[in-house]
Amino acid sequence: MHRFANPARFLRIAKPLTPWLLWMGIALTLGACLWGAFFTPTERLMGDTVKIIFVHVPAAWLGMGGWTGIAIASIIQLVWRHPLAGVSARAIAVPGATFAAICLITGSIWGRPTWGTWWVWDGRLTSMLVLFFLYLGYIALSNASSEKGDTSRVADVFGIIGAVNIPIINRSVIWWESQHQKASITLGGSSIDQAYLVPLFVSVAGFSLLFGALVLMRMRTALAEMRIEARMRRMADY
Amino acid sequence: MPHAPFIIASFAVTGVGISWLLISSYLAMRRAEASADELRQQP
Repeated sequence: MHRFANPARFLRIAKPLTPWLLWMGIALTLGACLWGAFFTPTERLMGDTVKIIFVHVPAAWLGMGGWTGIAIASIIQLVWRHPLAGVSARAIAVPGATFAAICLITGSIWGRPTWGTWWVWDGRLTSMLVLFFLYLGYIALSNASSEKGDTSRVADVFGIIGAVNIPIINRSVIWWESQHQKASITLGGSSIDQAYLVPLFVSVAGFSLLFGALVLMRMRTALAEMRIEARMRRMADY
Repeated sequence: MPHAPFIIASFAVTGVGISWLLISSYLAMRRAEASADELRQQP
């Protein structure tokens, strides 16, 4: 892990990797969305609205996965003072918030024709909304602390404490009575028909690659800004 | 209730959101890396 603590070594890997993740992600995501929208059958109970699964589910998983990444990076930053851990946590925040917002909006759009309402205050929807607000809080905290020039320890602690919400989102449909369906994909298997499952996994893979590309681009931006700041300080000293 | 408008709206929200994020992140990265390289070349 500490091998990658050196920003120069990280950039040697990140620079060629970014376009690969980006173009593979775009190709897989577009392919999966077209496959899902035009070449999957109408579902017996949900009708054609089932096609929303191909954007809603990856957005939900990546929204939750993003915060898990922030929590892991925050622990590494606090314990080992890994120079890139804090940068990566901050780079995840905006893409994570965007995916959480997309999950909430597409879920609401799905809810209208299937449940007859845009929104219900049940466990799954409310805990996902809490995750979105946690992202906004984390972004505000890390921006405020970077402006003051410290190492955003408050944001790291916030990132770790906020991870409590991830298992709550996951278990919410079991713990509380919910409009939202129970988990269709678990470690033990899937109750989704193959006709939907295969394009869904392609879609998850595509969106995950795009998420990776976004995080790398934002990390590269942060590292370049740090180089500029360091250079300006040196020039001011002369 | 026709389902097509809801499906189109979901895909459109996702497409616009991700595209905006990708384009803004890419442009910010290019700008920052170009500025850093320019500064490094200054004596």
